[in-house]
Amino acid sequence: MSAHSVYQPQSSVMKWLERRLPIAGLVYSSFVVYPTPRNLNYWWTFGGILTFMLGVQIVTGIVLAMHYTPHVDFAFDSVESIMRDVNYGWLLRYLHANGASFFFVAVYAHIVRGMYYGSYKDPREVLWILGVILFLLMVVTGFMGYVLPWGQMSFWAATVITNLFSAIPLVGDPIVTWLWGGYAVGNPTLNRFYSLHYLLPFVIAGVVVLHVWALHMVGQNNPTGVEPKTAKDTVAFTPHATVKDVFFIGVFCLFLAWFVFYIPNYLGHSDNYIPANPSQTPTHIVPEWYYLPFYAILRAIPNKLLGVIALLASIVLLAFLPWLDTSRVRSANYRPLYRQFLIVFFLVVVGLGYLGSQPPEGGYVIAARILTAYYFVFLLVILPLLGLFETTKPLPNSISEAVLRQGRSAAAAASPSTAAHV
Amino acid sequence: MNVRYSSIALALAAAVLLAAPGMRAASAQEPDIPPRQHWSFAGPFGLYDPAQLQRGFKIYREVCSNCHSLKLLAFRNLADPGGPGFTEAQAAAIAATFQVTAGPNDQGEMYQRPGKIADHFPPPFANDQVARNANGGALPPDMSELAKARTYERGFPWFIFDAFTQYQEEGPDYIHAILNGYEEPPPGFTLPPGAQYNKYFPGHAIGMPKPLSDGQVEYTDGTPATVDQYGRDVAAFLAWAAEPKLDERKRLGFQVFIYLIVLTGLLYFTKRKVWHEVKQT
Repeated sequence: MSAHSVYQPQSSVMKWLERRLPIAGLVYSSFVVYPTPRNLNYWWTFGGILTFMLGVQIVTGIVLAMHYTPHVDFAFDSVESIMRDVNYGWLLRYLHANGASFFFVAVYAHIVRGMYYGSYKDPREVLWILGVILFLLMVVTGFMGYVLPWGQMSFWAATVITNLFSAIPLVGDPIVTWLWGGYAVGNPTLNRFYSLHYLLPFVIAGVVVLHVWALHMVGQNNPTGVEPKTAKDTVAFTPHATVKDVFFIGVFCLFLAWFVFYIPNYLGHSDNYIPANPSQTPTHIVPEWYYLPFYAILRAIPNKLLGVIALLASIVLLAFLPWLDTSRVRSANYRPLYRQFLIVFFLVVVGLGYLGSQPPEGGYVIAARILTAYYFVFLLVILPLLGLFETTKPLPNSISEAVLRQGRSAAAAASPSTAAHV
Repeated sequence: MNVRYSSIALALAAAVLLAAPGMRAASAQEPDIPPRQHWSFAGPFGLYDPAQLQRGFKIYREVCSNCHSLKLLAFRNLADPGGPGFTEAQAAAIAATFQVTAGPNDQGEMYQRPGKIADHFPPPFANDQVARNANGGALPPDMSELAKARTYERGFPWFIFDAFTQYQEEGPDYIHAILNGYEEPPPGFTLPPGAQYNKYFPGHAIGMPKPLSDGQVEYTDGTPATVDQYGRDVAAFLAWAAEPKLDERKRLGFQVFIYLIVLTGLLYFTKRKVWHEVKQT
């Protein structure tokens, strides 16, 4: 990664600054001349989208925090006052609430990309683990944010999730009391969730810096999974990747705007417009949609402690993918069997999401158990074995060879006279 | 593509999707599905109809407000743009017809005075216990957020279509249905004491007696004075009460869409230009 040009400050001011703090040089080498594989598809734009969404969440969140009151007696009404009395408060809140959902849309797309193209494999293990840590931080931050409006679902989600810790033998109950700051979810709980919900996004931002640092150490993976070999395999980050990322951020914003302006409560739960009431349990307590697959795994297991362990394992196991996957071929495009099993895995996660939204009774439980079994069998059995038994397709010699081959077949398909010869 | 494995995958996915909706045990307590109503504020360009909101407010004031509070709304909201379209003078006049608890005064006493435009709607009961006591143990919910706090189960696959058709009016549909859902309980159904049978209410036993009957509230603009029409009007009023910035949101949304479409289009052509030479080599 050292072949590209070095930043040469032109003006005397920049020369002065560069001798003291080479920040312009850092930006230049990381985001301008940084070589990026020329064959990246749009799945690679979600990293940029995630950075953008983190910015949106922090900016809208800071303004919302100026008007929000973290107290059990005032939280619900202060959110309503944001919706009714603060200028564009409805826009800030709907952007923040739907922005959280779209943050998760982007992170799931980013994870799917990483799994499909084997982006976690040597030498990108640390990059991948940092990603799993970022996902865990997002899960915790999102959960605490959901509690803040102090509606019925906020309160009962906080009760259910914090109660999971009571499954820990011996110290479970003291831990839950410690988390609550009392003997039930109450004002101390709301206060600390607010404090942490404000803090954690900046922790996320810090880990994002590490994530980008690690990325720039090892370089980006690409759809072939073959490392760039010559300068012909790469293009400069700016303008190529920059303009592509910005274009797709625009497309992503169109989807976000559809939800924010036209169906702002579609992803929420109507019960959260009822103020929290500790003496009345909602008929079905459901988390936000982005936690539903994990919620289904939790409820699929009849034993509480084992359920909590399975819930945690379903996320933490992802950090071990670089070692669970024994194949040396990265991209699923060259691994026919892995591709099938992986697509089923993604469908299983979607199916678990649906089951997580349904009451835990009858056939739903049986279905959730079958899908949960596949989730873990895929990670713990299928992945390690596949690498040993699978016959992979021949890899291209280089990225540019793959691009040119693709270009030729596209040209052949476009011209009927050549197609007739084939 | 390995045909055998993908067909197994498809069969598995299809089995899960097809089996899931039928897996829940059908219950006799399941409420009926509220019939869809036509709302002026549905869809990307739908806005509130001020005349309808004024009729709905009349019903709230004459009927609902005897038991239901509307505490998140202030009288000034009645004159806000995108609302029922009262003038400020009208809103102040309405406020003056309500008695509001204020104080303490110089003697340290709370006192009653006519409402001002900045006051919030006063609750009909001093506290929840008084409200329960006056209503046979049932607590009439606050109505400020009711249209967003009530819904009915849409189920698969309808909830997916709703994201595209922008169906967001489950709450108003449900409120209209409840107001029109009172009927005699079917044979064999035992109602708890004090409860009424309502075919759209979950569990069917609702604490609220049938609140509206034909001709109860006088309309001066020729709109039919039927329970069906009352239900629609008051549900529209409650939709506004729960989402008073809907008009502003949809107007701004349209502008944002035009802006984003133009910007994204320009970015697309910029991207094509930048990548054009890369594609050649």
